[in-house]
Amino acid sequence: MSTPSADELFKSIDYNPPASGWMETPVDFSPGNWCYPAKEDKTKYMMGYLPEAFGNPREWSPEDVDWKLPSNWREIVMNGFRERLDKYRSFKVFMDICVRCGACADKCHFFIGSGDPKNMPVLRAELMRSIYRGEFTVAGKILTKLTGSRVMEEDVLKEWFIYFYQCTECRRCSLFCPYGIDTAEVTMMARELLHLVGVNINWVLEPVSNCNRTGNHLGIQPHAFKDIVDFMVDDIEEVTGVKVKAPLNEKGHEILFITPSGDVFADPGIYTFMGYLMLFHFLDLDYTMSTYASEGGNFGLFTNSETMKKLNAKMYTEANRLGCKWILGGECGHMWRVINQYMDTMNGDIQGPQMRMPRSPITGTEFHNAAVTKMVHITEFTADLIKHKKLNLDPSRNDQYKVTFHDSCNPARAMGLLDEPRYVIKNVCNNFYEMPKGTIREETFCCAGGSGLNTEEIMEIRLRGGLPRGNALRYVQDKHGVNMLSCICAIDRATLIPLADYWAPGVEVCGVHELVGNALILPGEQERTMNLRQESLPGFEDEDDDWTPPNM
Amino acid sequence: MNALYSLVFVFILVLIPLFGVGAAHLNTIFGICLPMTAIGIFLVFSVVKIVRWGRSPVPFRIPTTAGQQLSYDPELFKQNKWDNPSNGIQTVIRMVLEVCAFRTLFRNTSTSLHETKNGPVVAFSSSKWLWGFALLFHYSFLIIVLRHLRLFLEPIPFFVHGLEFIDGILQIGAPVMYMSDVLIVVGLLFLLARRLADAKVRYISLVTDYFPLFLILSVALSGIWMRYYAKVDVMAIKELTMGLVTMHPHIPAGIDVSFYIHVFLVSILLMYFPFSKLMHMPGVFMSPTRNMPNDNRFHHHENPWNPDIKPLSYEAYEKDFGPAMAEAGLPLDNPDNAKAPEEA
Repeated sequence: MSTPSADELFKSIDYNPPASGWMETPVDFSPGNWCYPAKEDKTKYMMGYLPEAFGNPREWSPEDVDWKLPSNWREIVMNGFRERLDKYRSFKVFMDICVRCGACADKCHFFIGSGDPKNMPVLRAELMRSIYRGEFTVAGKILTKLTGSRVMEEDVLKEWFIYFYQCTECRRCSLFCPYGIDTAEVTMMARELLHLVGVNINWVLEPVSNCNRTGNHLGIQPHAFKDIVDFMVDDIEEVTGVKVKAPLNEKGHEILFITPSGDVFADPGIYTFMGYLMLFHFLDLDYTMSTYASEGGNFGLFTNSETMKKLNAKMYTEANRLGCKWILGGECGHMWRVINQYMDTMNGDIQGPQMRMPRSPITGTEFHNAAVTKMVHITEFTADLIKHKKLNLDPSRNDQYKVTFHDSCNPARAMGLLDEPRYVIKNVCNNFYEMPKGTIREETFCCAGGSGLNTEEIMEIRLRGGLPRGNALRYVQDKHGVNMLSCICAIDRATLIPLADYWAPGVEVCGVHELVGNALILPGEQERTMNLRQESLPGFEDEDDDWTPPNM
Repeated sequence: MNALYSLVFVFILVLIPLFGVGAAHLNTIFGICLPMTAIGIFLVFSVVKIVRWGRSPVPFRIPTTAGQQLSYDPELFKQNKWDNPSNGIQTVIRMVLEVCAFRTLFRNTSTSLHETKNGPVVAFSSSKWLWGFALLFHYSFLIIVLRHLRLFLEPIPFFVHGLEFIDGILQIGAPVMYMSDVLIVVGLLFLLARRLADAKVRYISLVTDYFPLFLILSVALSGIWMRYYAKVDVMAIKELTMGLVTMHPHIPAGIDVSFYIHVFLVSILLMYFPFSKLMHMPGVFMSPTRNMPNDNRFHHHENPWNPDIKPLSYEAYEKDFGPAMAEAGLPLDNPDNAKAPEEA
């Protein structure tokens, strides 16, 4: 299936809803509208650990009429629904109090880019609310049609699968809802219910099972992880002439550093990872990384609370085993939602007695705002170093970049980490431009690939959802010549690239600590002629001109 | 269609007391029995609903943060205390602003697409209409409810006199026109027009969205009718309402049928309230994304049903990958794991 051009796609967006009511409008199950279902063995594997949270492993396709649901699927889903109403006040209240004012309607990036009314947050939630009213309220049972109620049927379940996997749990709608109704919360409940009957997607289940077994979502085994890190150490040496250390699984260090494994795996995340290694080398930081806890991101958040807890527990478990006093966390979006809003509640009780309130060994700053979780965000740590003038920086080494910053949904709306990364960027770059108001900070737009939707088979949906972000990027590209989109999220570093190529071609994507790595002057380094991407710095281009690859 | 159903339904509701009192003279039923029942249903079922919400725990602290967090260095990074509260007092301020000033609706924007010579543009503009008219409607309603206290309290409290004075300060007509009476109708008509005019909102609107609008409109209009046109005997009405309050109900003579229509519609509203979206009024106070501080990193929050789930242990991990780890030079806790399983 070919993707239309950006202009064609833009012209195809129509905000006028169809003539038929939404309950009567059929759902499109053609390929491109859904993510591939989880492979049977992945579901089976997770069922082995959490039988209460997963079910019905099998090979199936959303395109088929028969989804091979268990015969009692309705009972399972309805019991699960009832159970969650009793476990989550958020869910119960959100099922009751929506007045359908429509303030959220044009806030969702998927609606803005598609015009599909079922992508309006209010209607996405109504997909569940209609069942709530029809199954659990007296009025809904009697006055079905008048109250917008319906009973649970297979078509409804299928519709849930399509539309709750067209929500990235970014919470932008919740920012604009006068009652704070959070569609992310509704989507999480729907996905939990879908998992119970084996209606799931591979791009969530495979990372989850990988995280469980190998410690990271890419399934990188410990020896391979070490190889990759060693390669990066070599690359840093190539650029700087300095061999940095990269301790793995070592006991007795003060700090455990955990970052999303995407930073280890793929371009351009690896440059961010190099930035971390250089920073820690510069500081001679007493730290280690771990292969067992080699994933900062938590795909459990996109699955169910049980999986989230199980995967998150690795962080404290590993800090205990290695004897670390606190944890430093890398640049990742949903990882920080989990750390800020779930980690201590879920797993605080397994923290060992050796853990302490985080204190920067360089500046002595105590991170009181992380007193309980014992976990500090790398931009908080670096901002503190910059303020105390502990870093030797040459921002001109980023002069080839005109930088803007994309707030990732979760650090923005589930934490409020807004100014720290900006402070770091402004100290390591000379050219920084904000995207327009309404698209940044708490109002930021999603990359449209979060919450496990970073998968190729729904590329058109992702590109449509990426319109508001891409268009804001295009604006600063045209106005200020911005050519670098920085972010603090590993999923962003993967998803924003196709988005930028499509909506604002010519803009590259980087992590904040890649920029730090470029600017940081290491003791004993050689004259820098290249940045971390091994592209020539301004003034050193000539040397490259007559260079030909040796095999040509 | 949904709007039409609702309108017809409210119209039928108006006819019931019109014939019930006007023709069948069931004054006691419409003047005493029904209002008493309605108040009972309103109170009991609203409390039941709120208690049911309250019985579900809040397992996680999930505030939607709408500004800069409390930083480790509050001087370098200034916290946005009202939009990202980190303690109880700040959260109370956030809630007060939300409930009293509809702060979130004030943020509202509208999104539009434009094709320009420089390519496609997604534009966001401030859109405060809903905020303005929602405030107008809700505050008018509140003032009207408070003014009605004069019928249920003796002596009449000073603030009710004050409200009446300010509300009627324009001194138009006799009896004097209350501004809140006009503004509530304006507010309701806007909310109704918006629901019908905006294709997106119309698409999601149910009968249960139009019905309360028409019902409250009918309450307001019947009230306006009885005050300004039917000019009902207020002393007789107060005799009736005080009878209800003091639990010595009786029906004084000479009350116009328009009063019974008004009371009937109010009774329907009260009985409908606990089972409808109108419960957003108490509900907003219980919304976990708004009523909690963003403090999980430095205050423990307890989940009463926190399940006992352990991670896959490091021991199991090392057993799984031991030989490869040993070969790569990664330290092992148990040297035996360095051997491949078949050797061991």
